[in-house]
Amino acid sequence: MTELGKNGAKKSPLDFIGQEFEIDCRKDRCIGCGICAEQCSNGVFTYNRKERSIAIDDSRCVCCHRCAAMCPARALTVVRSRRAWRENAGWRGSDIDEITRQAGTGGVLLGSMGTPKEYPIYWDKMLINASQVTNPSIDPLREPMETRIFLGKKPDQIRRKPDGSIDTGLPPQLSAALPILFSGMSYGAISYPAHLALAKAAERLGTFYNTGEGGLHQDFYRYGAHTIVQVASGRFGVHRDYLEAGAAIEIKIGQGAKPGIGGHLPGLKIVGDISKTRMIPEGTDAISPAPHHDIYSIEDLRQLVDSLKEATSYQKPVIIKIAAVHNVAAIASGVARSGADIIAIDGFRGGTGAAPVRIRDNVGIPIELALASVDARLREEGIRNRISILAGGSIRNSADVVKAIALGADAVTIATGALIALGCHLCRSCQQGSCNWGIATQKPELAKRLDPEEGAERLVRLVTAWNHEIKEMMGGMGINSIEALRGNRAMLRGIGLSRKELDILGIAHAGE
Amino acid sequence: MTISIDAAGKDFKTLGELVRAAGGDVEIKNCLGQRYLGAGARGKKITIQGVAGNALGAYLDGAEITVFGNAQEAVGDTMNRGLICIHGSSGDATGYAMRGGEIYVQGDAGYRAGIHMKAYGDQVPVLVIGGSAGSFLGEYQAGGVIVVLGIGCERRYPFNYFCGAGMHGGKIYVRCREVPSGLPEQVAARPAAEADLEEIRPYVRRYCGLFGADEAGLMAHPFYVLSPNTQNPYKQLYTSL
Repeated sequence: MTELGKNGAKKSPLDFIGQEFEIDCRKDRCIGCGICAEQCSNGVFTYNRKERSIAIDDSRCVCCHRCAAMCPARALTVVRSRRAWRENAGWRGSDIDEITRQAGTGGVLLGSMGTPKEYPIYWDKMLINASQVTNPSIDPLREPMETRIFLGKKPDQIRRKPDGSIDTGLPPQLSAALPILFSGMSYGAISYPAHLALAKAAERLGTFYNTGEGGLHQDFYRYGAHTIVQVASGRFGVHRDYLEAGAAIEIKIGQGAKPGIGGHLPGLKIVGDISKTRMIPEGTDAISPAPHHDIYSIEDLRQLVDSLKEATSYQKPVIIKIAAVHNVAAIASGVARSGADIIAIDGFRGGTGAAPVRIRDNVGIPIELALASVDARLREEGIRNRISILAGGSIRNSADVVKAIALGADAVTIATGALIALGCHLCRSCQQGSCNWGIATQKPELAKRLDPEEGAERLVRLVTAWNHEIKEMMGGMGINSIEALRGNRAMLRGIGLSRKELDILGIAHAGE
Repeated sequence: MTISIDAAGKDFKTLGELVRAAGGDVEIKNCLGQRYLGAGARGKKITIQGVAGNALGAYLDGAEITVFGNAQEAVGDTMNRGLICIHGSSGDATGYAMRGGEIYVQGDAGYRAGIHMKAYGDQVPVLVIGGSAGSFLGEYQAGGVIVVLGIGCERRYPFNYFCGAGMHGGKIYVRCREVPSGLPEQVAARPAAEADLEEIRPYVRRYCGLFGADEAGLMAHPFYVLSPNTQNPYKQLYTSL
């Protein structure tokens, strides 16, 4: 992979794009300390020690706010550039910039995090119910309120033992204290302290984090009871101890931000612990092929599920993660018959450490519609109990969680939200590997900026706060158990949606 | 002590439980395609009489498996350590993503043999195919050694189309008289030198020991070495948004 600079390598006037952001430095406040230059890995600031002066190159700014946050004099503000394009509804500034970049470099546009394009956000077009007069609301501060979930297969019917007593045995279940798990992010995509913060937070919250496809660092085996280990097409870091270390095994088929394509971590990034954890030599490319080469059908998928279960003596639930795509309901129906215990559906607004921009911005469907259609299809076919549903890819707050569960999810997965809690400012530059907040980087001097203990506490606070809010909303609806909210679409109403959209979501319009 | 298990009429789950419960070595008789035998196994010998089903020795972690018969698809999938020896032929995706250990197939292997094999540290996986391999041999290969002996092969070289597609590490040794044609641009082929032959001699010797072939006769024949073409690697030009 050849990476060209943000504004292309060439210096022709034809490559001119101009800065997207500007650093507003108040000279009356600046004390000339040079901390901004020390903190910015993008090279926006050049410090002249002798003169205690700072030169600024705005064009390198990615708007991550590290400089502004660290400036002791509060002299810095990152502002949107005043540069203008002549208005044109068909050719927006971003279209012109992208063509300029590609004409200058010949490169495939590479971006990160979820799509920034304006697609409908159905979470914001659904409203939650509350009780009035009948079925009174509940005060979660003073009354018991259950948010614990059990992910895994539930029996089709009550079974009895030969002596007539009820057989209470269940297939393996993943029990979380609250309906929020952390989504898969590999060690490689994110830093060691970011992974450690997620692991510690998952343990304290009684939930799970997910290794992504990068293997499991030796130091993190102790968090195994709160770890979901991933098996992806490259099989990086997958071996028996790894499979046994986790509480569940996730087979990654697809990712919401880049459905249908594989991954390529360039050899340059396979260094030190990343090499050890992925179990490949330093400097070699880590190519995750787009498909699993042993899976061409649901029957083949079943074989991978079964082989993982055989290798771990049927002790671990198996999750299958797919991207939300057009035929997601039919695919999920197949997945539910594959022997998997849990299906994770990742919506197209989900994040990524690096993805071709055209894929990220154009492939897949929103999680809200995918989730609703999967839940409806599995119910229609009478197999909803055979598989639990995890929904992810753009869950931004506790109201999104409540709506997702009411649409049929057993629980949600969050990643972008978790990274924001760790300091991410969504500058969408993860692919450059120079994250100033120490999250999406493997550079030791940057990674050490993230204190895993502080990070873990922030994650715990965030998720705990969401859980309080979830309980408040449940209480308002007169529901005291999260299980009674699952698939309870009567608790949702659409606002400003077409009849078709309401049909797919399986909800009535507000006022109906 | 070896425990004998009759596989007749048993499904893979029952058979798998018996193999795991046995603790020590096991011999499975009348095997008829039961899958996942020896999945993740370590520290034991498993002998199979009959046909081993898909994903034999998946995630194998040190155990030794011998099959007196053929094996089906995905033998040694994601194998980490150990030995699999097949007195017969094996199906598609033999040695899929194996990271360590050795697989010996007396006869032929199907499509995609050695796909995404990788090496790590002192672990260098080895796949030796006595006969010929199907298409996509060594696809996405990232490390390790594949040897195709082509015994009994009448064609010009003992594999089919698209050999080495996506190959970015490791080596494929092919016993044939002329340089294989039709390889992707990302794969380079050259005649095996003395040092190359020394590298594979122990594996050929082991093959001959296992299946009773003539080492000197096999090694006297020319071999070609296929490896990633460093002049022309897989690359995608990206520009950051």
